[in-house]
Formats: sequence, structure tokens, C-alpha cells
Amino acid sequence: MWHLGKVIALHDETATTRTITLEVPGWPGHIAGQHVDVRLTAADGYSAARSYSIASAPNVDGRIELTIERLPDGEVSPYLTQELTVGDPLELRGPLGGWFVWRTNQTEAIQLIAGGSGIVPLMAMIRSRALAGNTAPFRLLYSVREPAAVFYRDELQALSRQDSAESVTYAYTRAAPKNWPRPPGRIDAALIESAAWPSSLGPTCYVCGQTSFVESAAGLLIASGHSPDKIRTERFGPTGDRK
Amino acid sequence: MSSHAYDYVDGNAAAGELAKIFTMDVTVAAGQCANCGATRRFAEAHLYMQCPGVVARCADCEQVLLRLVSIPDRVLLDLSGMTYLSFDTSQFQENNQ
Repeated sequence: MWHLGKVIALHDETATTRTITLEVPGWPGHIAGQHVDVRLTAADGYSAARSYSIASAPNVDGRIELTIERLPDGEVSPYLTQELTVGDPLELRGPLGGWFVWRTNQTEAIQLIAGGSGIVPLMAMIRSRALAGNTAPFRLLYSVREPAAVFYRDELQALSRQDSAESVTYAYTRAAPKNWPRPPGRIDAALIESAAWPSSLGPTCYVCGQTSFVESAAGLLIASGHSPDKIRTERFGPTGDRK
Repeated sequence: MSSHAYDYVDGNAAAGELAKIFTMDVTVAAGQCANCGATRRFAEAHLYMQCPGVVARCADCEQVLLRLVSIPDRVLLDLSGMTYLSFDTSQFQENNQ
């Protein structure tokens, strides 16, 4: 179950977030939305494990990408985002979790709602859709602190430009770009109304972010008529190292 | 944000720990709460990981569904909070994609 991966590339997404590309011999392949557990073991035998979503689309080359946000008090994320270098080995278990996944044979409309680093597993779904040439209509509502905290901005822009069935709406919570149509604030009912698929379309919704964000966003979806059965969530705690 | 009510994550997050014991993915199985009778995917349970080990609670009634504790050389698993777990084996055979 545990694999020994090797770091083959590092890329900073934001000032506090890094994407790690790993080559994992024997990797069985994954489904978009799945996660891995990463284990660090100190020289004295002490070990700590955390779960991180896979950011990359499923592929056949045995490579996966993890995008990890550094949490100041984290036990694992500071090492992964600051000290790990190309060529280093990394122990991981996975792919894990068959519920919060999007499969390339799904054809229904998809509503993705991300809070901060909750974008990571949703990005794997977006990438998986593009790679497979799937034409299911996708909408992403991405709540993020400020423009500088957006992950994958250029790639999201390119994907939504070349594909009219793929749209992205940003909801800035603390600072928005100049002349942005909406003042900074959390996702609310009006934004769900204007930016998300209507419930009458029966989209499957995937919501990922901190627990409080997911509670709020899933609640707004239900209040606007979406069936709880069509909403899949992935929460991570405010102090956990998750994602 | 740090409200106690929000200290949980989804049952999803227990996939790795449960994979130490089970060959099938328990998080996609439907489990019935022994207290309120609600039947949901295990992935939808509320998972508390701050304690020694992992505690999953019913998303409807918050009663304990599962307790899992790993200590050196032993794993303890209490499933008495669920009357059954139901696995979709067609999906399992589908494997990836």
C-alpha cells in the first residue's frame, strides 16, 4: 500500500503553496478527486502522516502532483513546501477514497465549489475532463482570499477560454482586483444564484475547503434547491495539515 | 472558524487508515447507524481525528459509528455503532476509470 515516490519537480503556486511532482514506481493510477497519505519519518523513528489531494489528472506515466499549502504551525507541510528538494524520496499511501471522485464517463453537468486550497482535488477533475476530451459542462466557483492566493490561474484561464462548456467564477473574500464587480465577501445565496448551475439542471456538486466553508457552501446549495444526494463534500479542518 | 462544531472532516479522510485493515474501500460503502437507522456512505460521516485514533460519527445524529486506534503492534477497531456496511462490488471491480 505504501509507495516510495521520488520528487522530480517543484513549482511554487503562491508565496505559501508549492506543487510537488512525484514519480511513483508501481503507481496503480488514480481517479480525479482521490488523495494520498504522505508519511514523514524522523531519524529517531517518529513519524507523522497527512492526507493531500492529488492535483494532477489520471495518467499512465506513473507521475502525480500534489499541491500543498504551508501551514505555519504544521508538522508536515513546512517540510514539504520548504525543505523537500528534487531527487528526495517521499513515502505515500494511495490512491485513497472512492467517494469524492469524478470519473471520465460522467456526462452530467458538474458544479465545483472550492474554498482556498480546496481547489486541488477539483483541479484534478478539471484536468481529467480536459485530458479525456469529456464535454460535460463544468462550472467552478472558486472562493479565495485575494488574487495572489489563486492557484493554477493561467491554466484555468486557458481552459475556460478554449472551452465554452468550462467556466470559472472567482469570489474574493478579502481583497478583489480593481473594478471587480463584487465587493470582497464570502459566497452567498446571490452568488450561488448567479454563478452556479441552477438546481433544475440537476448537476452533481463537489464542494471542497475548510469545514466551515463546506458547511456554508453546501447549505447554500441545498437552500437553492439542490438535492443533498447530489452534493459531495470534502472538508479539511482549520488546524489539520490536509491538502 | 475554530468553533468546536467544526472540528470534524469527512469520512473520506479515513480511507488510508481503513486500508490497513480492509481490502475494499470502506469509505464508499453504505453503513447504517445503529442509533438512528440512517444509511449513508461512510465517506459522509463526520470524522474526528484530533483524538488518539479516529472517531467517525453519524452525520445525522452524531452517535459514534466507528472507533479506530493504532498503537505499536496493534490496531483496535470498534464497529458497534453500525448495524451493517454494504459494498457495491460492481464499482470495486471497475477499479480505476
